[in-house]
Amino acid sequence: MKILKLILLFLIFTHLTAVSANEDKLQNKITKNLRCLVCQGQSVYDSDSDFAVSLKLVVQNKIKQGLSEEDIYNFLTDKYGEWILYDPKFNKNTYLLWFLPLLILLLGGAIIKKKLIKIKR
Amino acid sequence: MKKKIISFLIVSSLIFIFIIFYKGLNRSNFYKPKSEIKNIPQFLAISFYSKKKIDSKNIFNTEKYYLLNIWASWCVPCRDEHPILFDLAKNEKLEIIGLNYKDKESNAQNFLDELGDPYEQILLDKDGTNAIEWGAIGVPETFLIYKNKVIKKFIGPLNQKSIKEIAQIIK
Repeated sequence: MKILKLILLFLIFTHLTAVSANEDKLQNKITKNLRCLVCQGQSVYDSDSDFAVSLKLVVQNKIKQGLSEEDIYNFLTDKYGEWILYDPKFNKNTYLLWFLPLLILLLGGAIIKKKLIKIKR
Repeated sequence: MKKKIISFLIVSSLIFIFIIFYKGLNRSNFYKPKSEIKNIPQFLAISFYSKKKIDSKNIFNTEKYYLLNIWASWCVPCRDEHPILFDLAKNEKLEIIGLNYKDKESNAQNFLDELGDPYEQILLDKDGTNAIEWGAIGVPETFLIYKNKVIKKFIGPLNQKSIKEIAQIIK
């Protein structure tokens, strides 16, 4: 019986640490994608400013409340605008940003192809 | 002909790049979140004097105008701003609520003893999470609230100009 209890305790403990490890991972992932608005060129994850420290806490609390990554981004863009995200969402203001590299790649490919055909001839 | 086109393209793109960079030089790179008309957040906070938990719903619930001022005793601009809060407190249509940001209570008490207390009520925000709920990035920051909506946001210390602005809105 005692062994059973110990095993049970062990299982609960490992489960709990696994859960908190997952939460930490998610928190790090989210805060790495957040711009620290009061420090230049740093993410919230990297920064130790008052703002970033509080924001990390807020993200942690929101994860504990069961909010998803998407929900947290929505919550923060609602408060601070799209600028807080390093990875901007796809919308009518950012479609050029997302499509331009692809367009340039296609254009470059087309030029190379044309040149190659010329060389073959 | 081809050479002309190429040199024209190079020169025009250089000019284009120059203009973009030149414009960028004059732009402030200090970001201010857009202050759109938004509903105020709902939160629980501990009152500075009574030490009781207060729901924000029970604070901003009358037809009055409210001014939420985020302050801290360690914040130097807050010191300059303090007399202005007293001027604003004279207005009967306006109620000033303080949000004490990441402060030691004893320091905050000393600050108020020294400079006076213009606030109807002071809420504590020890870890700074309430300020995030308000979309604030630091101290001092002030929100003018009417009917549960933020109608104006002041980043940085209030000044004579902001007094006029607030008076004009409240009238």
